[in-house]
Amino acid sequence: MSMKLSTRQVDGVTIVDCSGRITLGEGSVTIRDTVRELLSKGNKKIVLNLGEVNYIDSSGIGELVSAYTTTKNQGGELKLLNLTKKVHDLLQITKLYTVFDVKDDEAAAVKSFK
Amino acid sequence: MEQLVSYTLDSTLETVDHAEEKATRIAQEMGFGEDEVMQISMAVREGAVNAVLHGNAYAPDKKVVLAFERTPDGLVITIRDQGKGIDLGGIPNPLAPENLLKTSGRGIFLMRSFMDEVEIRPSKTGTEIKLIKHVHGASGGGKEGSL
Repeated sequence: MSMKLSTRQVDGVTIVDCSGRITLGEGSVTIRDTVRELLSKGNKKIVLNLGEVNYIDSSGIGELVSAYTTTKNQGGELKLLNLTKKVHDLLQITKLYTVFDVKDDEAAAVKSFK
Repeated sequence: MEQLVSYTLDSTLETVDHAEEKATRIAQEMGFGEDEVMQISMAVREGAVNAVLHGNAYAPDKKVVLAFERTPDGLVITIRDQGKGIDLGGIPNPLAPENLLKTSGRGIFLMRSFMDEVEIRPSKTGTEIKLIKHVHGASGGGKEGSL
């Protein structure tokens, strides 16, 4: 199953709902492009909702890191929402869980932006 | 599954997906648990990515050989490419603070995390990666991961 993305606005925060797989060649590029496009339009408060992401590989992890650093470098904030157990465990193993701001409640995630 | 099955595959992204699918099916057939099947399939995917991208660099004349061997102790998977041979000394530790925000360099680390044994043998004519998972999960289903 390939990656599907859709964006919506909630109180000035852009929620990117992701579903499917974030792997090499099918989805990684889409996340990168989507985040860059959002930033170029001035949307600097971004939440990646990964609740429907059932698989991620090392390339996908790299893309999440890329999205995070690109956003940060442009003065924005990117947070992760609703991690599945598999993605959560993978971020723990790679020690990225503490790097990302991870939320499990959308309303709280939206409120957490300054 | 027979004791040994081997596939010769092109250096394409489709090969990466096929390798993962074959690993998943074989691991399931051997009776590994759900978490272990996921670990095996992810490790094979990472190995195949290394072979296709970093080893063969998508070269159409170079092949990836993927073999699954069922042994009394478990499953032995071998992935061999025809590249120039990986430089093991040049691979940084992805858990080091200065490397945490790098966008690549986690593939071998994940393989080592998910499998019980990982052997990497680089040579001038290619790299061979051997991934071993024991039947009874002697390490509790992975050294570091719990996927």
